[in-house]
Amino acid sequence: MNAPPDKAPPASPHTASAPLADSAPLAIDARGLTRRFGDFTAVNAITFDVRQGEVFGFLGANGAGKTTAMRMLIGLLEPTEGSAIVAGVDVVHDADAVRRRIGYMSQRFSLYDDLTVQENIRLFGAIYGLSDARIAERSEVLLARIGLLESRKELVRRLPLGWRQQLAFSVALLHEPQVLFLDEPTGGVDPITRRVFWELIYETAAAGTTVLVTTHYLDEAEYCDRLTIMVDGSIAVAGSPGEVKRALGVTTLDEAFLHLTRPAAAT
Amino acid sequence: MSDDPRPSAFSASTPAGAAGRDDAIVLHELSHAFGDVHALRDVSLRVHAGELFGVIGPDGAGKTTLFRIVTSLVVPSQGSAQVLGLDPVQDFRALRRRLGYMPGRFALYTDLSVLENLTFYATVFGTTIEQGMRIIEPIWRQLAPFSDRRAGALSGGMKQKLALCCALVHAPDLLVLDEPTTGVDAVSRVEFWELLGRLRDGGLTILVSTPYMDEAGRCDRVALMQEGRVLAIETPAAMAASYPLPLFAVRGHDRLAMLAALRASPHAESVWPFGEVLHYTDTRREVQPGALAREIGELLTTRGVRDVEVQPIAANVEDVFMRMAQTPHVAPGQERAA
Repeated sequence: MNAPPDKAPPASPHTASAPLADSAPLAIDARGLTRRFGDFTAVNAITFDVRQGEVFGFLGANGAGKTTAMRMLIGLLEPTEGSAIVAGVDVVHDADAVRRRIGYMSQRFSLYDDLTVQENIRLFGAIYGLSDARIAERSEVLLARIGLLESRKELVRRLPLGWRQQLAFSVALLHEPQVLFLDEPTGGVDPITRRVFWELIYETAAAGTTVLVTTHYLDEAEYCDRLTIMVDGSIAVAGSPGEVKRALGVTTLDEAFLHLTRPAAAT
Repeated sequence: MSDDPRPSAFSASTPAGAAGRDDAIVLHELSHAFGDVHALRDVSLRVHAGELFGVIGPDGAGKTTLFRIVTSLVVPSQGSAQVLGLDPVQDFRALRRRLGYMPGRFALYTDLSVLENLTFYATVFGTTIEQGMRIIEPIWRQLAPFSDRRAGALSGGMKQKLALCCALVHAPDLLVLDEPTTGVDAVSRVEFWELLGRLRDGGLTILVSTPYMDEAGRCDRVALMQEGRVLAIETPAAMAASYPLPLFAVRGHDRLAMLAALRASPHAESVWPFGEVLHYTDTRREVQPGALAREIGELLTTRGVRDVEVQPIAANVEDVFMRMAQTPHVAPGQERAA
């Protein structure tokens, strides 16, 4: 922990492979994943894996390729080359099966404002193909956890932002996905709500759900078990927050991020 | 305050709500409601000429409504405003000629080229790009290579710079920017704030909002807002110094165990994750910080946490905001974590 940066072992520069000692099964296994649009390579042969139950940070500047990579991992975009196994399913050959096994929450929360809390849950439950009994059971568990049982008949647009955010998170977990993708879930929310939300992420991961999260708040990147920073379509560095900082000889992830992306941003 | 001995641009001789000589913006007891939603509640503040003034708060704090009143786009339900010595309701035409406004969703024409957008804004304000170049030159230099590209095809950072050029081309006396850095990555945010700093150094008055607490230090003074109210107005340094209780940065090998142990302490006011450390606030202001730090360290070590380090630290603006903010966003029955 206190080793000087130059003596520390470097984090592997291009891949984030799990230490062999950890036998947890892989929730995401991406190999050489590539996406080109015309002659532009948005994602360039990225290789990384995420273990079951990990909180994995997916960082990079705007335009670095994070969203394109995430869209391939959730089965919305076909890779040009390479492969990815997500929740045990090949995203290239069985995108539909991947989508049933993952949850996704975007920065805009994707709830229906003019429906009540309960109606949103029923709607998304039906879309996921859950039975009425199952929807009732799951909504009880999830709403109790975020303290919204009393407010189930409220219109979503009447809820404070922080509650809407936690509700969107719960809806993404309705069908008990194995892997949860969070795309900038904390943008614009206040600092206390942001931290309460991260405690929800921890609880979820501790219960066995794998979480892959993108964020522009680099203090939040410190809360991840491992992370990658993408630059111009490639993974520039990968590892635990401590490994990444030691590899780059910096003391905060903020500095790590500036160090890696400043040259790219200048062009 | 009539007994305040400090010389001040807005001394006792300036009545509340009236603009002193050096005030670019004076807002007095402004309130605004949209139906039954109270967007602003009793907001008073002054922005001095030549100041880079930040309004900091999360979504729903009222920042955009406040800026729309300042820029004459919304008539407040109650209270008064003076901007550049003008009344935004009565004198809106005169005011709009002297304002540069960059709304949160950049008002660019995506089907027009970069150059066409800039030409359009210059023409609307009765000027030319050549006349505006004195102000926009440092920003335009980065955009010029893309002058023929459609605005819709620019990267986020470049769109932001073009929107800034369009807001500045008529050499306004006041620049108003609503969340220019939201959703923008850390590197581009730093560059944008450097630009704003240079514009302020050139004499421009700037009113800017952001949800990012770490940007407060870039401003001369900041107002913290939450749910329509102003919580505090200060320089960033004075705001940090106003933190009333002993605060510590705590590190160790197990963040969750430390959170649980510190929250269980009867002397804890708050414990929050803060990047790689925890920020712990103790209620005992009468005890030496060094003694408190040793005590906290021992507490954690006896709970089995290894590599414990406890350091007394100065608060930052985020600490101050979190202490001042009420917590209505935590649902009833959800204080489980506390």
